[in-house]
Amino acid sequence: MGWTGKIGWILVIGLLLVALWAPRLAPHDIQAQDLAARLQPPSRAHPMGRDEFGRDVLSRLLYGARVSLRVGLLVVAICASVGTLIGALAGYYGGWTDRFISGFLFNTFLAFPGILLALAMIAFLGPSVNHLILALSIIGWVSYARLIRGQVLKVKELDFVQAARAIGASDARILLRHILPNVVQPLIVQATLGVAGAVLAEASLSFLGLGVQEPMPSWGKMLDSGRAYLTTAPHLVLFPGLAIAVTVLAFNLAGDGMNEWLNPQRPRPPS
Amino acid sequence: MGSIMGILGRRLLLVIPVMWAVVTLVFVLLHLVPGDPVLAFLGETATPEQVAEMRHRFGLDRPLLEQYANYWKQVLRGDLGVTFVDRRPVAEKIRSRYPATLQLAVAALLVAVLIAIPLGVTAARHHGGVRDAVASVMALLGIALPNFALGPLLILLFSVKLRLLPPSGFGDPAHLILPALTLGAALAAILTRLVRTSVLEELHQDYVKTARAKGLDERTVLYRHVLRNGLIPVVTIVGLQFGVLLGGAIITERIFNWPGIGTLTIEAIAARDYPLVQGCLLVIALTYIVVNTATDLLYRVLDPRIKVE
Repeated sequence: MGWTGKIGWILVIGLLLVALWAPRLAPHDIQAQDLAARLQPPSRAHPMGRDEFGRDVLSRLLYGARVSLRVGLLVVAICASVGTLIGALAGYYGGWTDRFISGFLFNTFLAFPGILLALAMIAFLGPSVNHLILALSIIGWVSYARLIRGQVLKVKELDFVQAARAIGASDARILLRHILPNVVQPLIVQATLGVAGAVLAEASLSFLGLGVQEPMPSWGKMLDSGRAYLTTAPHLVLFPGLAIAVTVLAFNLAGDGMNEWLNPQRPRPPS
Repeated sequence: MGSIMGILGRRLLLVIPVMWAVVTLVFVLLHLVPGDPVLAFLGETATPEQVAEMRHRFGLDRPLLEQYANYWKQVLRGDLGVTFVDRRPVAEKIRSRYPATLQLAVAALLVAVLIAIPLGVTAARHHGGVRDAVASVMALLGIALPNFALGPLLILLFSVKLRLLPPSGFGDPAHLILPALTLGAALAAILTRLVRTSVLEELHQDYVKTARAKGLDERTVLYRHVLRNGLIPVVTIVGLQFGVLLGGAIITERIFNWPGIGTLTIEAIAARDYPLVQGCLLVIALTYIVVNTATDLLYRVLDPRIKVE
């Protein structure tokens, strides 16, 4: 793996540890308000300053990592599972199954700008983290299904699959034992890049007030409320923005690095 | 010519089921509201009479299938119903906001292309060198920095510190610069990477060797031969990304108080004005479908090597 990929993975592991240990790492209570010290710039006791309620920005940022990564990982896990199942069915069975899935389902889901569909669902269902995860999963599975369908189409024609079929192996066995292990590599790459996309989508929707709700801190929401104090307290925008950028960058570099490592010849899959 | 008309016809036929699904989905969304959309809008203080009157007025007391059929009739007439809040036509509200969003999206597209082509070509020409590395880092930053972080940072720099551009507003061209930069940055980053890869690939083709062997200067080779082929995948991505721009416009408009359809959607969501939300979603999705279909057709015209399936 190249050095950029390694940096990506080091950052990813670091972020996961931060999210895991947020309660231990956070220097202050994330709810503790001190209106007398609101909008205070970074200081020794509060390295990232205080927000509009005098709450510690660093502590809220650390807890925000928990929310972002939880949503990101859960969404990718759901999308990858559902996408693999549907993509494998389309690729393996072909015919009408494939025409319905890749011709109709894929086109319909891709007909909406992803973020808009998620926004629409949350607008009608009401904002909450669970609705956010549901909405992002509903828009996200298609890219995995397309990837797996393409891979299965390629692999199912190979000799070892034909051999398995010839000795009478069932469809389920052929798919699970012979085909899926051979399509898992691009799936891992896509999933790693997918976490970046999901983290970004969560932050966008929370920024619009449609994702994570108070009192849970979220980077997108912190950025949104910080905008009102851009001239007096730019740290309220700077630090959450930086946290999102570093996380997105980390998963992108890690995904690219993984892709390079697994297939030195193949270009990055479309995200 | 006949075959082009055939391709057009087949491609347009593919759009019909997608349009059907989009309209159906937008209709179904209203019925996803927990409880009842009218109750959610009026709040708990509403009297049963008020709720009943409004349900009747908006046809929500009819059987579901009848509501669905009526919705289709309305949409086909270009009538998107009336808003919950002031009972004015949804289509009228959208019509007054739509041009601003289109203006922003097109400006962002222009910004992206104007940044990406020179940057991508330079990176490819100096492959492996310092300029390539600088372009790659800029592209990575553009992808990693979301528009809701970039927008406030640009305001901080250009409006607060340098006092060069207005932080928000609408009207003269100066108001357009920061929103267009904010919205176009991510696309510029994606396109830079794409132009770089595409030009690099083309530079190794035989026809480039021939052009050079004929004694053409490097500029002519690059701009007359390489770019013409190298830009084909770029056209597709630009078209496909237009929808992403429309989605991103919702956020960018909110940052800069841009009076477009994105701000209208967010205002409608906040007011629980569900017919207005439905109308906005439908219009954005239909725009997206039209642009995608047009891109696909353009792609086929640009590169006759692409065969119809």
